Amino acid sequence: MSAVRLAGAVVLLGRFPALAGADLSVDPGEVVLVRGPNGAGKSTLLHLCAGLLPLSEGRGEVLGCDLSADRAAVRRRVGLLGHDTALYGELSAAENLDLWARASRVDAAGVPGALTRLGVPERLWAVPSTRLSAGQRRRVALAAIVVRRPELWLLDEPHAGLDSDGRELVSDLMSEAASAGAAVVLASHETGPADDLATRTVTMVGGTVSAGAV
Amino acid sequence: MWRDLRLLAGDIGLVAVKDLRIEWRARTTLGQVLPFALLVLVLFGFALNANRPTLELATPGLLWMTVLFATVVAVQRSVAVESTDGAGRMLLLSGMAPAAAFAGKALAVAVQLLAVAAVLLPGVVLLYGAEVESLPLAVVASLAATAGLAAAGSLLGAVVAGVRAHQTVLPILLLPVVAPVLIAATRAFEDALGTAVVNGWSWVGLLAGFTAANVALGAVVYGPLMEEA
Repeated sequence: MSAVRLAGAVVLLGRFPALAGADLSVDPGEVVLVRGPNGAGKSTLLHLCAGLLPLSEGRGEVLGCDLSADRAAVRRRVGLLGHDTALYGELSAAENLDLWARASRVDAAGVPGALTRLGVPERLWAVPSTRLSAGQRRRVALAAIVVRRPELWLLDEPHAGLDSDGRELVSDLMSEAASAGAAVVLASHETGPADDLATRTVTMVGGTVSAGAV
Repeated sequence: MWRDLRLLAGDIGLVAVKDLRIEWRARTTLGQVLPFALLVLVLFGFALNANRPTLELATPGLLWMTVLFATVVAVQRSVAVESTDGAGRMLLLSGMAPAAAFAGKALAVAVQLLAVAAVLLPGVVLLYGAEVESLPLAVVASLAATAGLAAAGSLLGAVVAGVRAHQTVLPILLLPVVAPVLIAATRAFEDALGTAVVNGWSWVGLLAGFTAANVALGAVVYGPLMEEA
């Protein structure tokens, strides 16, 4: 079973087709890099695969769930890192992850391990997220994905805003996830560490995904 | 079924505690909403020329108008908590039942409004010379009215969350919708404060009905509204 299977996927944002007939198939254990310029539809593609956007036309299946019929089931099984961190600013890193774990019905005991894995120093665990640096907040957001251990990782510019250690850490995480059988889809507009990591690269232009590897 | 209800109640508590913890740290209710509400109470007094008999008669209405203004501020803050840095996506992706997220957010707003009402009631006793003749009625009416305001406010807050000018749109939508709460809470308080001969408990029934209708509607439509935002 494919982790992601899109056929002629169209997503309309108002009247604008942010995705204009995208085809994509991703298998478990694959790391697929989606490359494309700004506005190509990469983020829309990831949000569609996360069950956050409705499919306007075409067919889509994520982890065996129909994107037209059961987006809620998709949302429960993916991990998404977007441009924003989806953290509550007044809550600390540990409180954010604890909330996330409890709401997701996963063991909150994994929170300290995830923060440690992402290299967030223990002295920062109780600090409100707004007081963390952008890079630290991004690490906490990635730790949320680690806490859930999803079957599909959707990462939008995962290396952005991170120092060299952080970039290496993210690459290691993605490799580990793929080795464990999860599918990883990451979007990036420029060449970088993601290129070495990807088992396949596709390009996006104008809301469509090119058929072959680059 | 009991297990589902227990999980639902747990999720409602999780969201309510989260919002109240955020409010406690941001000090919005304590530092802005409460002083604002007290200020409005004082200004009403000035506007009515500090005329004791007039103020006593108008006390129930003035008190609930003030709570209504506080509702707008509290709901705007509740919406902002979810929209800042995409934080609301956490609840959406968690798979939590939207009804639980809605009820949790409404509960947090209700607690804040109840705190406002609890400060304003002694305020009108001191400033306007009001006398509480039926404390149980005042307490139950306050619980029902704040629950109704919080439910309707949280629902409309979700409706306008995706609108660019939501801070100005919210009061325009909210104030007419919660007019029945203002009327019913005022009548109930006229009885509780002894400023008019009415059956306050029957107005509490109307408040309970309004709250139930808004909670039911919010539980159904909050999911699609969260996705839209």
